[in-house]
Amino acid sequence: MIIKVLGGGCANCKKTKEVVQQAVDDLQLEAMIEEVSDMADIMRYGVMSTPGLVINEKVVGSGGVPSYDQVVDLLQQARA
Amino acid sequence: MSTFQTTSPPTQSGWRLPAMVAGAAIIWLALWNVIQPLADWLSYSAFGLAPGSHLGEAVSFFLYDVPKILLLLTGMIFIVTIIRSFFSPEQTRTLLGGKREGLGNVLAAGLGVVTPFCSCSAVPLFIGFVESGIPLGVTFSFLIATPVVNEVALAMLLGLFGWRIAAIYLVSGLLIAIVGGIVIGRLRLERYVEDFVWKIQVGQATQTGVKPTWSRRIQDAWQVTRDIVGRVWLFVVIGIAIGAGIHGYMPEDFLVGLMGRQAWWSVPAAVLLGIPLYSNAAGVIPVVHALMGKGAAMGTALAFMMSVVALSLPEILILRKVLKMQLIAVFVSIVGLAIIVTGYLFNMII
Repeated sequence: MIIKVLGGGCANCKKTKEVVQQAVDDLQLEAMIEEVSDMADIMRYGVMSTPGLVINEKVVGSGGVPSYDQVVDLLQQARA
Repeated sequence: MSTFQTTSPPTQSGWRLPAMVAGAAIIWLALWNVIQPLADWLSYSAFGLAPGSHLGEAVSFFLYDVPKILLLLTGMIFIVTIIRSFFSPEQTRTLLGGKREGLGNVLAAGLGVVTPFCSCSAVPLFIGFVESGIPLGVTFSFLIATPVVNEVALAMLLGLFGWRIAAIYLVSGLLIAIVGGIVIGRLRLERYVEDFVWKIQVGQATQTGVKPTWSRRIQDAWQVTRDIVGRVWLFVVIGIAIGAGIHGYMPEDFLVGLMGRQAWWSVPAAVLLGIPLYSNAAGVIPVVHALMGKGAAMGTALAFMMSVVALSLPEILILRKVLKMQLIAVFVSIVGLAIIVTGYLFNMII
């Protein structure tokens, strides 16, 4: 599973990455978490309000820091 | 509003959340009605200060205004966040697509007020708008309007200056956004946008409105409120303390010479001073309010407050990634000029 956190490096983007890392560890998933900060790449996903979250090349959310529960839910959906 | 495609339903059962919100509203109203009498009682009875004395005035001002502003902040941020949960940058982009100058600017300014927007998103948002064919001027109307309805500033204006001044501030801000955007559009400054912006391919986000539930909206709004109040409350307290000091101790017409209607240079000076002060809107407004009571003119104060929120140095620095210096200079000059003009106008009519 490849997870990408889209963002220009602001505090919210870092927080998102931490939440995702926590969820991945707790679920014991085999996942790679990448931080994407290049504007061209971010825009290619059609995300306009960072931070954005992409799982296996699919945009699953954007606009704010997801809660831990939301991330767990998204990861489980992706794994299924 | 953030949207994540989660399947799990909210964990609160049907009636609990509405009940909590209703309860909170009742507590809010009760507190609202009790703070003035409480402040008076504390200052004049419990602490035994004399009404009308310097210390008495300062203390009762402080004890009344701190909880009042904090209450207003909480209420305002909560409500504004709920309203914003119905909008998103993606939706706004769709709504603005294809609108020409004029109507587009008005719509953009209006949407700038209600679309949730974090400064760090300024760049992707700008690129997204511009790439989908929204004219540069219209995009700027949006960018100028957005920081104006800073909920913190609005709450403080409401609390310290009353709803009329807050309304004037809001309307002036919108007018500046509309006119500023039109002017920038007319100047045909597209070549001062960084080149890479035009080459970017914006993908179509696949998430099509998974509408958040009311429960989600309320939880998020509460979260945002806690976050902002948590970051800002100390500035509020400090600002009001300084304001209380000025209120109680500075002589009545002390500032008329320096910041009154006759001091013509005070308006541009106020606007310049406001540029680096963005993050301190919370602390700055109570001080301005107190200064007004000592002879500073309304227009000067208004210009200052607008400059503090609308010309935000951090946001300008962020926009530097997509705008060349010339465009940034034009943007700052036009908005600065518009605020100065507004300041003079109000000094003349109020």
